[in-house]
Amino acid sequence: MSDTHAQSVAFVRDTMLPEQEPPATERGVIKWLRENLFPDWINAILTLVAIYFLYKIVSGAWPWFLNGIWSTDSLAECREILQGTTGACFSVLTERWNQLLFGFQYPNEEYWRPTLAFILLFVAAAPLLFAMYVPRKVLIFTALYPFIAFWLIWGGTIIVPIVALVGFIAAYVAFKQFERNSFAAGLGAGVLAAAVVWYVGGFLSSAMSGVLALPEVPSRDMGGFMLNFILGTVCVSLSLPIGILLALGRQSSMPIIKWICVVFIEFIRGVPLITLLFVANVVLAYFLPPGTNFDLILRVIIMITMFSSAYIAEVIRGGLAALPRGQYEAADSLGLDYPQAMRLIIMPQALKISIPGIVNVAVGLFKDTTLVSVISMFDLVGMIRGPILASTEWNGVYWELWGFAILMFFPVCYGISKYSQWLERQLATDHR
Amino acid sequence: MTTMSDPPSESFRPSQLLNDTRYRSYTFQFIALLCLIGLMAFLGINLVRNLAAAGLNISFEFLGEPAGYDINQRLLEYDSQSSHWRASVVGALNTLLVAFVGCILATIIGVVVGVLRLSKNWLISKIMSVYVEIFRNVPVLVWILIVMAVFVAVLPQPRDFRGDSPEASMFLDLFAFTGRGFYFPQPYFTVEWATGSTGWLIIIALLVGALFGTRAMLARATRIQEATGVRPNTLWINLAIWFVPLILACVIMGLAWDIPELRGFNFQGGIFARNSFIALTLALSIYTAAFIAENVRAGILAVSKGQTEAAASLGLRPNRIMNLVILPQALRVIIPPLISQYLNLTKNSSLAIAVGYMDLTGTLGGITLNQTGRAIECVLLLMLFYLTFSLAISAIMNVYNNAVKLKER
Repeated sequence: MSDTHAQSVAFVRDTMLPEQEPPATERGVIKWLRENLFPDWINAILTLVAIYFLYKIVSGAWPWFLNGIWSTDSLAECREILQGTTGACFSVLTERWNQLLFGFQYPNEEYWRPTLAFILLFVAAAPLLFAMYVPRKVLIFTALYPFIAFWLIWGGTIIVPIVALVGFIAAYVAFKQFERNSFAAGLGAGVLAAAVVWYVGGFLSSAMSGVLALPEVPSRDMGGFMLNFILGTVCVSLSLPIGILLALGRQSSMPIIKWICVVFIEFIRGVPLITLLFVANVVLAYFLPPGTNFDLILRVIIMITMFSSAYIAEVIRGGLAALPRGQYEAADSLGLDYPQAMRLIIMPQALKISIPGIVNVAVGLFKDTTLVSVISMFDLVGMIRGPILASTEWNGVYWELWGFAILMFFPVCYGISKYSQWLERQLATDHR
Repeated sequence: MTTMSDPPSESFRPSQLLNDTRYRSYTFQFIALLCLIGLMAFLGINLVRNLAAAGLNISFEFLGEPAGYDINQRLLEYDSQSSHWRASVVGALNTLLVAFVGCILATIIGVVVGVLRLSKNWLISKIMSVYVEIFRNVPVLVWILIVMAVFVAVLPQPRDFRGDSPEASMFLDLFAFTGRGFYFPQPYFTVEWATGSTGWLIIIALLVGALFGTRAMLARATRIQEATGVRPNTLWINLAIWFVPLILACVIMGLAWDIPELRGFNFQGGIFARNSFIALTLALSIYTAAFIAENVRAGILAVSKGQTEAAASLGLRPNRIMNLVILPQALRVIIPPLISQYLNLTKNSSLAIAVGYMDLTGTLGGITLNQTGRAIECVLLLMLFYLTFSLAISAIMNVYNNAVKLKER
């Protein structure tokens, strides 16, 4: 450094030059464009093609959307107003929104009930979904929610859900009493207690059918997006515990139980949901005692629950298999018995690992609830294909209706998958 | 669970069946077996009583009776006098056709989208993300019906192609895209001895031969490389092995094209793919492709950067790095979920019933079931078909997984 002597050279700069701006191509928007859109000629062509297609789509859809007509009574009137120009006929949505959301038979003056149940669902789900931000006391409401929702949506006397609730409470108390002896004894006592309460309660509810009664709505009157939502939430919440049991059964060392679970899971996973819905629709009645006639929606719920519990079982089995062997051995060496080890050590970790998979199954299941339209139930898709597109007023309105269907399903499914990614980050305890 | 809490006692007491972990599992299994047998008996007795009450029995004789309905898209000879069994076979082949074409299309779209989503080009990767998210989060049934709506509402009908100034025209005068379906030119052979299936068998034989030929050439190139260190260029000779015999055969057998043309109210000639088939295949493949794209992306991201760098430091060139280091490791991650997506696509093809495509669910589970009223037999056969297919694919996949899994310890 100091080899050059200041005295022997003609000029030495003793002040810093002011910093110069980077060249125009290396800063700001131009740099970003160069790096992200036009780094080489292949990418430049791709970008230009993409921009062209985006322009085509937007320039086609934008006037269609802007010219949209919201207040006519039929497609013919829409066409009259539009006079051949492109434009959407959104009046099908403003006129039929209630059918799309609630089905065409749910009584108009009762719409507040499913809506209230829908809003309360968020309150009930909050302590499960955001356990770290919501006080634990709200969990009491979560436990009550299924009974409230049943009462709100189906109506009838409030005694029925209350009896059901008391049955569960009795089962829980009995379980706690006998759990000290053994887990199996507690389970047996619980089932017995619930059965007794429900049997007695059956007489009670038929005797007092007028107490706090909302007008009854039979299940065949449910429809629209409401039906998708009911099927989705009910089946996912029912299939989670069944799936856990199936997964444990499949991992079990008892050969008979293991093979029952394996055959069930592989059979269900091997057939399409549609065939199971056919079973619910036309075959199941043959396998029930003569004269039983319980409604289609319940049969469909049973079948979809079986379907999704098999998939959830496989996801949880993956979680169980991913746990290190040491966790099982540690639980054994602490002297925990099988139910304790599963509840306290294995399941919390296995479930955490399987969250993304479970959410995938849940989203898939929610989407698959549209399949019930094939066995002539009028869910959202069934409503669009059936009563609306077949009506003389709206025959030919496709894009507005299907766009509405996309608008209903996309936010729910996308929201759930984003939530699961968030939850995964929250639960991550490793230091990566 | 083999917890040994008590020292082994000399004599067996019945209470050990409940309290001793060594014997308790037998009790549980016995109870489970009893429950299962009880359930089966309950269902079986109900079935027998219900069938007796309805005056029915379980028999598959209806499969031999004439079906009496028509199937508009078929791979086998079939008319309305053929048996229900024949109708089912035609339906099953239609299912397999949709599954086959759909899987190929879905793989192509999925791989392209998955790779482009990792592209450094901001716009392209964003568009691909939007595609994946939109198609993954909306039910496949909605997509099938939307694509079908395109056929019904957007594409021109064959009558629009008529007249002096038609509203629609054929693409390149070779393809006709109509609301009823797509018409493609059909290749056929004009020389006497090659008409029918003979010509196609020859073409297939040539293609298989070319496959083995190129593999032999590659093996030879590897041998030479190992002996001398220089790898001969195989590109041109391989192209020749593929195309020269093919072109020669086509010229000798007189390849000609049957081009669809408008006669009367409809197009005649060429290959006709019905709108329901196209709608179903297209919707299933773009839907499944969104999932495959995610698998491909995950697979590529799963190969750690260190692998690329290690390969580069060994002196491999970029394309050799891709072929020898990244792809084999990424494929191990990609293939198992890819196969399960294929299975999903096959099972989802049963939604054909929504657009009126006559697959197995439409023939056996639809019209045959409704005409004969034999619900149990039809649904049973339907499930058996899908189950056999799924289990067969799973078995093949397990063999593959065992072959490629990391050999540890």
